[in-house]
Amino acid sequence: MHVVVVTKSTPDTAAKVTVDASGKPTWTEAMVINPWDEYAVTEAILLKEAHKGQATILTVGTEEHNEALKQGLAIGLDQAARVWDDALVGADSLLYAKAVAAAIQKLGNVDLVIFGKEFADLGSDVHVYQVARKLGYAVLGSVSKILEIDFAAKTIKVERMLEQGKQIVTSKLPAVIAVLKDINEPKYPSFIGIRKAAKAEIPVWSLADLGLDAGTRQTQVSAYTNPPKIEGEVEIIEGASAAEKAAKLADKLIEAKVI
Amino acid sequence: MANVFIWAEHFNGKLVQASREALGLGSTLGDVTALVFGKGVDEVAKEAFAYGAKKVIKADDATLADFRTEPYTTLLSKVVKDNNPDFVLAAATVRGREVMGGASADLDAGILSDVTDLKVEGGKLVATRAVYSGKVISTEAYVGSGPQFATLRNRAFKAPAPDTSRSGEVSSVSPVLSEDQIATKQVSFEESVGQVNLSDAAIIVSGGRGVGGPDGFKPVRELAAVLGGAVGASRATVDAGWIPYAHQVGQTGKVVSPDLYIACGISGAIQHQAGMRTSKTIVAINKDGEAPIFKLARYGVVHDLFEFLPELTKAFKERLGK
Ligand SMILES: Cc1cc2nc3c(=O)[nH]c(=O)nc-3n(C[C@H](O)[C@H](O)[C@H](O)COP(=O)(O)OP(=O)(O)OC[C@H]3O[C@@H](n4cnc5c(N)ncnc54)[C@H](O)[C@@H]3O)c2cc1C
Repeated sequence: MHVVVVTKSTPDTAAKVTVDASGKPTWTEAMVINPWDEYAVTEAILLKEAHKGQATILTVGTEEHNEALKQGLAIGLDQAARVWDDALVGADSLLYAKAVAAAIQKLGNVDLVIFGKEFADLGSDVHVYQVARKLGYAVLGSVSKILEIDFAAKTIKVERMLEQGKQIVTSKLPAVIAVLKDINEPKYPSFIGIRKAAKAEIPVWSLADLGLDAGTRQTQVSAYTNPPKIEGEVEIIEGASAAEKAAKLADKLIEAKVI
Repeated sequence: MANVFIWAEHFNGKLVQASREALGLGSTLGDVTALVFGKGVDEVAKEAFAYGAKKVIKADDATLADFRTEPYTTLLSKVVKDNNPDFVLAAATVRGREVMGGASADLDAGILSDVTDLKVEGGKLVATRAVYSGKVISTEAYVGSGPQFATLRNRAFKAPAPDTSRSGEVSSVSPVLSEDQIATKQVSFEESVGQVNLSDAAIIVSGGRGVGGPDGFKPVRELAAVLGGAVGASRATVDAGWIPYAHQVGQTGKVVSPDLYIACGISGAIQHQAGMRTSKTIVAINKDGEAPIFKLARYGVVHDLFEFLPELTKAFKERLGK
């Protein structure tokens, strides 16, 4: 059994991110593992422990993404790999997905690829579905539970959270899944885990190592801007009693045609 | 006129609201062909015309009865390849993201995903989208060739008023995959009941740790019911097991943008803001006048929520004649 988690580092969710004079998003806080990937890493460890298998953590990105890889190793994944190439600067999701898919093929004999729901910094999850199609694997997004998995029979049964309710689905393996927060209680690294991870040798593969070239780009970012400030000050509704405040608020919301 | 294909998502025989919004936006960009896949979808096709489609391409087959990513994605890729439209759009729902992301890879087309604004400049799609949890806005554009894909964030675009007198040409296509070529099977679908569909809700009333326990959501639910809204929650209440995760708003929950968001007993942590800051009007109800949520709010009430919410529910009942 071989499970692969695909991750990246993102700014801490509490970080203040703003666009600087050169037009780049900047922040001062340290990078952390993408918050959704804590669940992906934990799920991989639970599977590896239950099925006595192997679990790998993979990233496509610059050295700063070693942070996420080391977090995964520190919590208990077996090995890490990183893909980087200068030709990947400013890559769109399609090229990114091709690189991930090629790296998974290079790892070989992968049964299950686990992503966190999305990359919190890019606000995007399309790479999940793109990777699956490039691999030719079935894909199950929005997974809130793995109900059954049988690596010998190559089957999985999951619960998915869709807008209208829960879908229970079975699939053949290999498959790609993207997991939600509900799936587990995230594990955190131990002191020994952190020490071990710090010493890990992480191979770096270039596009050529994966048999890929950068090709042409389909989409690109043209500008980053700070969002408009929320206008105006809060109006505090005053009154002698809860009933009086409630009446005033209801009138204001109806008057402003909010309701 | 540009040729716009829209993958029209439906549930229980009706278009999902976000697909109606997509049809509305698509009609401003060109002539819309709605792609309606499923089993027994004639009513959905009619609805697509009512919301602005000029044509419908339908695939009506048992293999498409339950939504499954592979048969839907493979068929979408084929229909786009065969017809070579300028733009391919869909709602950025769970299913929409899967199908569109997949087809954009099959065709090496790329995609602009979960966009909050979309226009055409010199024949290319230009979109804005929220990055870094809404702390930064990114402008992204197509620079390549071939059909251009985009998924549209729920409630970022207005659904047009339906006109049931409209109709148009319906053509049929067959699915690409046969049942034995599909790796996934739906075992069951458990529809959620009441006040949970946050993505489409025009009004959301949310409870935070201030509600004190599972029973504390009662006044929150009652207010939501009077307003016809959905019930949201902070992560603190979900982690405490007071309410299911499906209700969580924020960084690791759902991103919503209703017309009205009423935050009750929520402090307004930055991770909660990530899920609700684009709401049109925010009302904060908190007994601590210093809570950060008041910095986002248009209206604030500094009061104990257990005393205040029943009064507010009563006030709306009287005014809305309920
Ligand atoms: C990686 C990461 C991801 C996260 N993702 C999310 C997310 O998706 N969503 C989310 O919400 N949080 C998220 N959080 C957690 C977030 O940081 C906060 O801890 C959480 O939002 C706090 O919830 P709260 O406002 O309900 O509770 P608190 O911060 O404890 O606030 C409770 C508020 O209720 C008020 N109050 C108490 N009693 C009453 C009363 N009787 N009447 C009126 N007001 C009262 C208090 O004054 C206080 O302001 C995340 C955190 C991290 C680190």
